[in-house]
Amino acid sequence: MSREATKPVFSEKIDDWLLGFYNAFEFVKLVFKEAFSGDFEFNEFVRQCYHIGLRSLPLISLTGFVTGFVFTKQSRPSLMEFGATSWLPSLVTIAIVRALAPLVTSLICSGKIGSGIGAELGSMKVTEQIDAMEVSAVNPIRYLVVTRVLASTITIPILSFYCALVALAGCFLNVAVNEGTNLFAFFEKGFDSIIFLDVITAVIKAVSFGFTIGMIGCYKGFNASNGTQGVGKAANSSVVLSMFLIFIEEIFIVQVTNWFR
Amino acid sequence: MEKTIEIKDLYKSFGSLDVLLGVNLDVYENENVVVLGRSGTGKSVLIKIIAGLLSPDLGQVKVFGQSVPDLDKKELNALRLKIGFSFQNSALYDSMTVRENLEFPLVRNIKNMTRAEIDKAVEEVIDGVGLKKTLDQMPSELSGGQRKRIGIARTLIMNPKIMLYDEPTAGLDPITCQEINELMNEVKERYRTSSIIITHDLTCAKETGDRVAVLFDGKFKYQGTFEEVFSNADPRIRSFYDYNFIESKLQD
Repeated sequence: MSREATKPVFSEKIDDWLLGFYNAFEFVKLVFKEAFSGDFEFNEFVRQCYHIGLRSLPLISLTGFVTGFVFTKQSRPSLMEFGATSWLPSLVTIAIVRALAPLVTSLICSGKIGSGIGAELGSMKVTEQIDAMEVSAVNPIRYLVVTRVLASTITIPILSFYCALVALAGCFLNVAVNEGTNLFAFFEKGFDSIIFLDVITAVIKAVSFGFTIGMIGCYKGFNASNGTQGVGKAANSSVVLSMFLIFIEEIFIVQVTNWFR
Repeated sequence: MEKTIEIKDLYKSFGSLDVLLGVNLDVYENENVVVLGRSGTGKSVLIKIIAGLLSPDLGQVKVFGQSVPDLDKKELNALRLKIGFSFQNSALYDSMTVRENLEFPLVRNIKNMTRAEIDKAVEEVIDGVGLKKTLDQMPSELSGGQRKRIGIARTLIMNPKIMLYDEPTAGLDPITCQEINELMNEVKERYRTSSIIITHDLTCAKETGDRVAVLFDGKFKYQGTFEEVFSNADPRIRSFYDYNFIESKLQD
């Protein structure tokens, strides 16, 4: 009753890539189906929000502050040439709200959270903990995946908002020291230059980046194989793939929202 | 006696690797069947098919008269509540304490249980495996034998009618092996379970098996009591016996 090995339709690599794409699509479909059926694992969701959100705060604080501070410092000489340093708050606020805050937060989180989810689920997969869940009639997609994807989709926009605030604080510190701008004037100039669409774009970006990080981490973890080597590979590929997709999404969302400007 | 598991002409391959090539096996109520065979012969694949973790390529797998591959998810989960699966590496959830591990299937499958009822069920199974002191420990703090016992306790909390043991004594010292063998016999008597015990430990097979089935070349070539199977002149059976005999002598 031996089955003949199927011949590749294109080349083995393209076949594998297409199969991977199909499997990922099926996985996302399954997660959506499970998210809207059965009981929601609220306690696990809260635990994940704590792990993803609260425990990322120190790293986001540091990165956000440095981004705002350095970006302001680097932009000053160019604006100085035109005698336009008073535009610094506007320039930096636009850059932070529109692009930097969601992007920096998501890249940091794809390294910290994406790899963590990939490694955790990958290790559960190779040690048969996911099988153990399944044979005890507990749905592992609902318990492990839905909670993590939802937690990252919700917490990453909140972290992005926080990152924007900290980055603006870094910018303000630099501007206050160099130009003597006070806090009220800084925020007046900064927020006068952003419009509602900027905020909406930032929220859309952060939500889609958060969803991507959670989903890719879970997908890679769930498909880990070959022992500890597979766990490392799952963690690594979670980061690489989610970062790649974040940049693709960034381009796509910017293009689409620019049509409405 | 009634059949609890019926396997007929079961085939399973992974790509070009043929693993099971027409397996036939019946397991009866309150019977322990030991499946022996060399590593990589498909013993674990067989019990994973019974638990619905893998699907067969061909053949019939019935548990309590229900064809496992034909069940939808809801029916399969209902059937799984009657099946306990003890994994080779115990598969304890390593981010949870022993207590949380034991409660995990219970609170998710039986709704509206009070805290007192959950605690009572946990205490009952943990007492059964004699590890009450470990309740608040993490799995990483337990020894190999303790992990096996907790793994078995986690399945017993759902009061299963069938137990599937995957290499229950692998990697354990002879004394702990003996304790696990005794525990499996106790489970059979106390919970009136039918079991399939996957092993290549002949002491385990002799002490726990009402019947022994030996998997060679993807099929059960020999089935019977331990004495019947090992009185066979097949050199492959003899070499299996001799190897285990030497190994147990070395351990002594």
